[in-house]
Amino acid sequence: MKTIFANSVPGRPGVGPGKPTKDLTGLIPMELARAEPPGLPEVGELDVVRHLSRLSRLNFGVDSHFYPLGSCTMKYNPKFMEQVAALPGFCRLHPLIPQLRGAGHFAQGALEVIYETERLLGEITGMAGFTLHPMAGSHGELTGAMIIAAYHKDKGRTRTKVIVPDSAHGTNPASAAIAGFDVISLESKDGIIDPQALENALDEDVAAVMMTCPNTLGLFERNLPRIVELVRSVDALLYYDGANLNAIMGKMRVGDAGFDVVHLNLHKTFGTPHGGGGPGSGPVGVCTRLVDFLPVSRVVKLEDGQFFLDYDYPKSIGYVAPFYGNFGVYLKAYAYILRLGRNGLIRVSENAVLAANYLRKRLEDALDIPCNRICMHEFVASAVRQAAQGVRALDIAKALLDQGHHAPTVYFPLIIKEALMIEPTETENLTTLDQFVDDLIEILERGASNPASIQAAPLNTPVSRLDETKAARNLELTDL
Amino acid sequence: MNPDDLLYAKSHEWARISGQEALVGITDFAQQQLGDITFVELPAAGDSVTEGQEMGSIESVKAASELISPVSGTVLVVNTDLENAPEKINRDPYGAGWLVRVQLSAQPQNLLSHLQYDEIVEGSETV
Repeated sequence: MKTIFANSVPGRPGVGPGKPTKDLTGLIPMELARAEPPGLPEVGELDVVRHLSRLSRLNFGVDSHFYPLGSCTMKYNPKFMEQVAALPGFCRLHPLIPQLRGAGHFAQGALEVIYETERLLGEITGMAGFTLHPMAGSHGELTGAMIIAAYHKDKGRTRTKVIVPDSAHGTNPASAAIAGFDVISLESKDGIIDPQALENALDEDVAAVMMTCPNTLGLFERNLPRIVELVRSVDALLYYDGANLNAIMGKMRVGDAGFDVVHLNLHKTFGTPHGGGGPGSGPVGVCTRLVDFLPVSRVVKLEDGQFFLDYDYPKSIGYVAPFYGNFGVYLKAYAYILRLGRNGLIRVSENAVLAANYLRKRLEDALDIPCNRICMHEFVASAVRQAAQGVRALDIAKALLDQGHHAPTVYFPLIIKEALMIEPTETENLTTLDQFVDDLIEILERGASNPASIQAAPLNTPVSRLDETKAARNLELTDL
Repeated sequence: MNPDDLLYAKSHEWARISGQEALVGITDFAQQQLGDITFVELPAAGDSVTEGQEMGSIESVKAASELISPVSGTVLVVNTDLENAPEKINRDPYGAGWLVRVQLSAQPQNLLSHLQYDEIVEGSETV
């Protein structure tokens, strides 16, 4: 497809703002004014509409296709949330208003949203305090790691290590390292954490253990009580990566289970859009003894029911984001929680787990499933058998695109060879799940008799098989 | 099969020891598992490396991994060809795809023979 610049014809009129009716001299500082008009494409309004409509049809999203991208919880984003976020009282509110002297009463509704969302997330997870500031899941992880560092510093000691199991979410080691910790990788046993291995790795230098539960194999960490006990024995903190909360929401409160720090991905569990790398939202919750270290500002409710921004937390790790994080995103999550309610959120998790287990059972003969037992909201299959015949997980993923399904996550987690990590989410109906399985089995059968046909996929997508190696080696962006 | 004149680390690096020097690279199994390699970060000449400790990183289209030094000593020479042609590691892991040459400060403690390493590789292929 041509770029809009390639469609430009010199002199073709478009729709513009018109010529200024008065002299602009003095309104714009001359050193900032352009000498020449900007190099915009010269196209008509209809050309622009068609160009953008075509572009949108090239997109592969959850609004158009099944999207079982494991570990990412690509659930459907209900449209009522967009309506709530578009309410003028929210979307036209200037972010500086609550900080202006005497102007706080113009922003009471927005401050109440922040206050209530923090309390709802606290209720769901069993944590004593929350901050909504982190602007992505990874940002939440970093914030959590900084709170952990502040806790140990406040106790007058230096802890240098963070333990991350090899079944944890992939960003955990990076977040701990960015926060300045040495990362110790912990090998899993039978797909979950081995308490003995953890005990051997724990010492007085360990600041925290970062867990994902259920883990990236979609398995619940059955030894959790023992893990909590071990971590507490050296006064390290237990971190919960909320990437997989969609499996246990309403079934288990991670704070009650003994986790000290939690981050949630609102763009996963609470149905807000993922965006293209943003805007996300990664709120962080903490247990009582860590509340003082949360970032500022914090929203406080006064006795008269008024909300205000409080900055007076001397032990706080300080600012982690401009203003209050991505307000429009957690506003949608707030709407989602209120709309679904307690029972609705519980059913989300039940249906997410049911859908994953349905797919697992239907695929267990066609693919290898290394830890083939009741899973949570996702499971990991392996294409080792197919790879031996020349059809790799990558080829299967590409062939699925041709059938109109987004590919599962491939080659992650690293502990499973030729991994296909499948997470259907609760929002897919039986017809869609069956269609996915039928198409996947058809691909595997075709691959067994004619590997080349799968290796050549995809053929029906806007671009066919991309040279990913070349793209990674030569970082040059040019027109296709 | 893996060459019989090399020593191997469990973390899938090899070392060719000659006197007080060692040539270091990653194994054929490692490059196969990684897939097409896109970037290698190596220590600089003069840096000291320690057996079993991270000495750099390697990225492929599939994953980013740590490079663990199989030997202890000081880096003498780095294979600068890999900056622009990391695919040499995929094509020739035991030859043109070598990573660094190290002046040994001690003999390696935990390296395996090619037979022992073959066993590890066979074991992990069935996982």
